[in-house]
Amino acid sequence: MKKVHVSTTINGDPYEFLCAPDESLLDVLRDRLGLTGSKEGCGTGDCGACSVTLNGRLVCSCLVLGAEAEGAEIATIEGMADGDDLHPLQQHFIDHAALQCGICTPGILVAARALLEKNPDPTDEELRYWLAGNLCRCTGYDKIIRAVQAAAAEMRGA
Amino acid sequence: MRYLAANTAHEAAEALASEPGLSRILAGGTDVLVQLKAGMVEPDLVVDIKRIPGIRTISAEAGGFRVGAAVSGAELGEHAGLCALWPGIAEGFQLIGSTQVQGRATMAGNLCNGSPAADSVPPLVAANAVARITGPDGDRDVPIADIPTGPGRTTLKKGEVITSIFLPARPDRAADAYLRFIPRTEMDIAVASAAVSLELDPSGTVRSARVALGAVAPTVVAVEAAASCLIGTSLDDEALARMAAACEAACAPIDDKRGTIEFRTRTAGVLARRAALIAYARAGGSK
Amino acid sequence: MSLDEYTRREFKQVGTRVRRPDGVDKVTGRAMYGADATAPGMLVGRILRSPHAHARVKGIDTSAAEALKGVKAIITGADLPAQEDEFIRDVQDNCMARDKALYDGHAVAAVAATDAATAKAALKLIKVDYEVLPHVTDVDAAIQPGAPVVQSGRTLENVPAGMSENVTSHSEFGHGDPAEGFARADMILERSYRTAATHQGYIEPHACLASYASDGKADLWCCTQGQFNVRTLCAAIMEMEASQLRVTASEIGGGFGGKTTVFIEPVALALSRKAGRPVKIVMTRDEVFRATGPTVHTSTDVKIGMTKDGRITAAEATLRYSGGAFPCGTVDMGAQAAFAAYDLDHVRTYGWNVMTNRPKEAAYRAPGAPQSIYAVEATLDELCQHFGLDPLDVRLKNAAKKGTKSSYGPTFPDIGLTATLEAAKAHPHYSAPLKDGQGRGISCGFWFNFGGNTCVSLNVNTDGTVGITEGNPDIGGSRASISLMAAEELGIPYDRIRTIVADTSSLGYNDVTDGSRVTFAVGLATIKAARDAIGKMCGRAARIWGIDPEAVEWKDGATVPAGPNAGKFPPMTLAEIAAVSAETGGPIAGHHEVNADGAGVSFGVHIVDVEVDRDTGATKVLRYTVFQDAGKAVHPSYVEGQMQGGAVQGIGWALNEEYIYGKDGRLQNPGFLDYRVPVASDLPPIDAVILEIPNPGHPYGVRGVGETGIVPPLAAITNAVCRSAGVRLHELPMSPPRVLKALAG
Repeated sequence: MKKVHVSTTINGDPYEFLCAPDESLLDVLRDRLGLTGSKEGCGTGDCGACSVTLNGRLVCSCLVLGAEAEGAEIATIEGMADGDDLHPLQQHFIDHAALQCGICTPGILVAARALLEKNPDPTDEELRYWLAGNLCRCTGYDKIIRAVQAAAAEMRGA
Repeated sequence: MRYLAANTAHEAAEALASEPGLSRILAGGTDVLVQLKAGMVEPDLVVDIKRIPGIRTISAEAGGFRVGAAVSGAELGEHAGLCALWPGIAEGFQLIGSTQVQGRATMAGNLCNGSPAADSVPPLVAANAVARITGPDGDRDVPIADIPTGPGRTTLKKGEVITSIFLPARPDRAADAYLRFIPRTEMDIAVASAAVSLELDPSGTVRSARVALGAVAPTVVAVEAAASCLIGTSLDDEALARMAAACEAACAPIDDKRGTIEFRTRTAGVLARRAALIAYARAGGSK
Repeated sequence: MSLDEYTRREFKQVGTRVRRPDGVDKVTGRAMYGADATAPGMLVGRILRSPHAHARVKGIDTSAAEALKGVKAIITGADLPAQEDEFIRDVQDNCMARDKALYDGHAVAAVAATDAATAKAALKLIKVDYEVLPHVTDVDAAIQPGAPVVQSGRTLENVPAGMSENVTSHSEFGHGDPAEGFARADMILERSYRTAATHQGYIEPHACLASYASDGKADLWCCTQGQFNVRTLCAAIMEMEASQLRVTASEIGGGFGGKTTVFIEPVALALSRKAGRPVKIVMTRDEVFRATGPTVHTSTDVKIGMTKDGRITAAEATLRYSGGAFPCGTVDMGAQAAFAAYDLDHVRTYGWNVMTNRPKEAAYRAPGAPQSIYAVEATLDELCQHFGLDPLDVRLKNAAKKGTKSSYGPTFPDIGLTATLEAAKAHPHYSAPLKDGQGRGISCGFWFNFGGNTCVSLNVNTDGTVGITEGNPDIGGSRASISLMAAEELGIPYDRIRTIVADTSSLGYNDVTDGSRVTFAVGLATIKAARDAIGKMCGRAARIWGIDPEAVEWKDGATVPAGPNAGKFPPMTLAEIAAVSAETGGPIAGHHEVNADGAGVSFGVHIVDVEVDRDTGATKVLRYTVFQDAGKAVHPSYVEGQMQGGAVQGIGWALNEEYIYGKDGRLQNPGFLDYRVPVASDLPPIDAVILEIPNPGHPYGVRGVGETGIVPPLAAITNAVCRSAGVRLHELPMSPPRVLKALAG
């Protein structure tokens, strides 16, 4: 299969890569660019572990072709902290024990950030529906909801 | 497989028409990529239509709206005017998949995927919405209801691409609603669904009605017998019961992992009744 | 049992909600999970799986695939050795079919190639000659004489003649004379139940990277709950010595019991050996569902006799469990757990394992217990309704307590069931008013908990920090709990300790992270390793001070002279002793090795409110409260997390999760779309109430907490649905079509 040449921006940095035309953005991130923070739980858009933003929209990177990233702005979990300074969501996830195994955590953090940028003060119900595409099998979601709300409160105050 | 990001609708149509092998159109990709992953299709050509000018915009037209074929659910949901005019279409479209899927999924893709359970299709059918199709020989307009012919099959010909969907104007005191049943609150495929579109006269009597059901037949079905039960009424209990019965009578579902014939049939009627009441209230009807 | 470990004490650090040491890695994407490793020259491995539920593999032609450019190795069952040991043979045959494909998804061949596309293409070129055989996927069908036989010659001697060959074992537990007890009952209720197979549903698919070198040494990186067990199994399958295979556990993306065995690891090793290059295999989600361990699916009969004031006079249960295409002992645990919550004079349980053409069962959180306790707790609820009795009062009246001879044999030491029931009864949730159409259900839950082989090293660094090396993958915060216990014992701050999970070459054998054993057993070994190090530090101080080691004590992180007669010396802190260790005898380390006993059972009680939509059969969970005895909650947040997570898995089991097989014997829903685990919007907050009734078998009183929480939801929701909808279902899941059908009569 002849490869496609793609120039894109990830977490503010320019990237170029070659990928197969049928290769997902998730496979490109993980296998070609070494950005393994996005996880593959299903490959079919049902679990949300591969969540990234593409031109500001929350998407499953397993449902995007690498070729579609041409000229796009992508944000992944690797770009969430500012150097050593964790994003408030990241800090509150640790402080509220909102992760157990942690495999869903990158996707949930990326998704939660996308919500708070759009709606800084969501209700629990809005938050639960927004995150319905991010499966977590460990926590029962309770501490995740509390952690996001705590981070949202901090961000509103900041 | 080759990947082509078409710059015009014509280029897309030409590429698709001249491809001797299997081809797929890529809009939101939320079905196509799943099929690729599962090995269900191995296309020789994928044509990405998202770079076609205008295909990602919503524009006002003749009192209604023309929705570009690559407009995502998230984008449509942010269009206040459209959501106010056709709330049922907006809610049907936005029920598809997760927030992440909403960032990509399109109504045209949902329609072309050909699933009888497609959430955006019953409200489009109930709305008498019309798809604009670009082919190698030019454009044609086709009512949504005429596009799906069975699971995974449509009337689109080789080389044809849906470029937009037109949602018509509405008089005052008109509204629609869509409900589906799924076992969870999110992330499932509809087990049964119903869309109802109503226009009321000033006294609150239903002047015209459209009812469409999903997941209860090989395609989404418009149930005229159900709609006619509502016309001339104010959605009294008896009219609703007759409408639900008409819906049940129109069901020809299957037993599968998502639901039984009995369950789908019964639920379609329940949903149609509930959707009718919501549409009625939205249209300003009071009970 | 070791019942004298516990000493009451005031905790300074244990019980606080510290930040977990792997937190930053896991919120930044830096943590390395199973699929995140790479190696130079790495190949991609893919597995070909049977599309048939049951088929004889008459031949496999790999020649076309071998000829494909980029294909470096292909293996089939013929490449793996004949195994004498039955247990190892079953594990191996499950990884790669030998003569027969026993279920849809059973591996039949594997390929290693230079990239994923080539490996995928090669799979298509492998021609398998199948002779399709009749299949059976349902436990009640498979037990019938004349049912298709999954495997011959697997039946144990205690199974009576004349039964289907699919019946592999029989077990019986209990005491007293049920007939006598039933004669004293005012009401005897007999009910039958069925539960669907569910999957652990961890979000991380199985993944491994194997590198087998030409000198016979191998390294394996994988996501597992037990690297030592992986080594044991893979070494046997690869016919290697244990020392030659080093297994490193990656960070693990969930397991819940499902990652306690091997599936792809021996395959990757065999491919790597054949190809002479590292091989990585990552399962697809479809493969996870079709070929890794779901639970047993079950069919159960329960008979309970009760007096009109709520005393259980006798109880019996017959359990038929199917652990898939292989013999399986899970039914024995179900039979032992069924009535464990109750103090009964007359009790008997019978267990039967039945083979079906389904994947080999793997452990899932309290394996076997949710299904049998569901049947018991639902039957009890129906008796409570019959007599108009409060369901918590009835449980309190019959609750097992210290001194109760349990239904599975042992006599209980201090246990927390009564306290847990009383806490539930006193909680505002239990007395909160319900609206019309809402229903409240309760259920007890139980799990045995395990200890097991454990080995910990604790190294005192010269800068006064401490490194702990333990051998159990951290699946939900255990490194934090272990560091906390060491900090408590040593008297130094938590953040001066780093706990790591070692590979198999760095430590003695550790049992798998299962049985809710880690905080209990690794914690116990850590505390004792700390005491070992403290003893050595006291010796070093004694040497410096020139006094007897017996005259030195450890207090608040420092050595002090033991009383006025020992001499007058200022305390020497751990850091001070460590700093001069080179002059006092060299490095300081503590160790402890144990096959830990005395794990201490854990009981829980759940209260749930639901509302059933009578028009659609949909059940909405409105409020949920979990009460559970943790002995001592080392890190309360992660204890709550276990209780909440277990409850939600149980909610999924009760309402929507199930393996659905078609008439063709193929799994219909091998994906997260149609295998419906709960999503965030399905759920209310899950309130967790921790009780602490110290376990006499642990120095700090710790009990395992991981498993009990999945047990009660099955019956609690069944009982709540019944009280909401007015109909009682006897089968799980209570999916909307089933509920609607029940409502229709």
